[in-house]
Amino acid sequence: MAINWFKYAAPTTFYGLAGKMIPWFAFSAAILFAIGLYIGFFVAPSDAQQGEFYRIMFIHVPASILSMFLYLIMAGYAALGLIFNTRLSAMMATAIAPTGALFALISLWTGALWGKPMWGAWWMWDARLTSELILLFLYLGFIALHASIDDPRRADRAAALLAIVGSVNVPIIYFSVKWWNTLHQGSTIKFSGTTMHVAMQQALFTMLAACWLYAIAVVLARVRSIILERERNAAWVTQLPGIADFAGGEK
Amino acid sequence: MISLDVWMRENPLTYVWFGSYAVALLIFAIEIAMVKHKRKITLQQVRLMRNAGDDTKTSISEEDSA
Amino acid sequence: MKPRQKRFMFIAIAVAGVATSVGLVLNALGGNVNLYFTPTQVFNKEVPNGRSFRIGGLVEEGSVKRENDGLTVNFVITDTHKSIPVVYKGILPDLFKEGKGVVAQGAVGDNGVMRAEEVLAKHDENYMPPEAADALKKAQAANAADSAAMPRNVPVTVTK
Repeated sequence: MAINWFKYAAPTTFYGLAGKMIPWFAFSAAILFAIGLYIGFFVAPSDAQQGEFYRIMFIHVPASILSMFLYLIMAGYAALGLIFNTRLSAMMATAIAPTGALFALISLWTGALWGKPMWGAWWMWDARLTSELILLFLYLGFIALHASIDDPRRADRAAALLAIVGSVNVPIIYFSVKWWNTLHQGSTIKFSGTTMHVAMQQALFTMLAACWLYAIAVVLARVRSIILERERNAAWVTQLPGIADFAGGEK
Repeated sequence: MISLDVWMRENPLTYVWFGSYAVALLIFAIEIAMVKHKRKITLQQVRLMRNAGDDTKTSISEEDSA
Repeated sequence: MKPRQKRFMFIAIAVAGVATSVGLVLNALGGNVNLYFTPTQVFNKEVPNGRSFRIGGLVEEGSVKRENDGLTVNFVITDTHKSIPVVYKGILPDLFKEGKGVVAQGAVGDNGVMRAEEVLAKHDENYMPPEAADALKKAQAANAADSAAMPRNVPVTVTK
């Protein structure tokens, strides 16, 4: 092994690395959001069937994709933490959960607003909508379970199991529109390409990239706090510039 | 309910913008504020601990990352 | 076995077990996960008896008729194999159009007509500006005209 990957898996190294990367992710996310919104509202034409309402897609689709991917990444970190007993993996899983939950919430909310004018209903108990709601509850369950156990190591293990078992739901969400008949339409972004006008695609993919960068920035920022909190007794934390300098004017 | 139905069809862009995008951006703003707040609180805690434990320097670093 | 491998095995077995049980549950639920029945299923009596349920399909071309009160609409839902006539009194969603997807909820009477309480439009996953949609329609019409003209052209070319 040429590179010692566990070096980056150590909270000490990761804390500094994440701190350096956050501004870049945040800055590019802001730029891409601006570009994406501009293309989405001013460049992309209105849809032949749905008029202006289809523009909800530019936030709805990225939010849904992120909510599913973040869950898989969270479950992956949780599994790593459980198997290798690495501290950082469990912290990453805990840091991802709130962001994933918020993306699931945005997905459901914008979906309801899209459904009302187009389908004629805010909500339908169809397979796609219901499984996405279950995803939100899985995120909330993970957060609640982790918070309810005082010992962080035990909390990590219990919540990790929930996350891993719940990951079964993600393929169900994705394939629900294929396996059953639903009110929700099929996937626009397929592995074989998209069924969409070019400017609409550009807006969608720009917004998707912006959401990814935003999610990474927020998760890294959150995991830094979690690292500090959980490692507060470690020597390296007490020697951090922001903390060592702050000796209340003793030095 | 009927009036809302009529209103959203007369002002689709307002409906889309304020209903979806403004809400999403608000959620992002709240999340950013929460993350920043947590950072502030955590830093305060760690500093307090450090100042309290300055005399009895018992810093234990657990190295168990496999 | 090392404890690490043991934990990995444990997780793998747990996930496989849950996936299998979820699969079995969904399989047992079968059709109940579906949001609607197709007209063919209605004809095959696969629908709940005497209860309100949903039918989904396309609105048959040329089947939409409005009654004089301006609110009651008659139309036919088809899956291109069987079709069910529907009566609905109320406001239809914007995307309700002939030849487009629709889901209607109600009970089918003895005369085979569904009295719908709710009509929802189902849209597809294709997004394009109106001009492109027009062009596509024209191209399809031209293709249809070509293929209709084909059989008549064939004998002409042969006699030459």
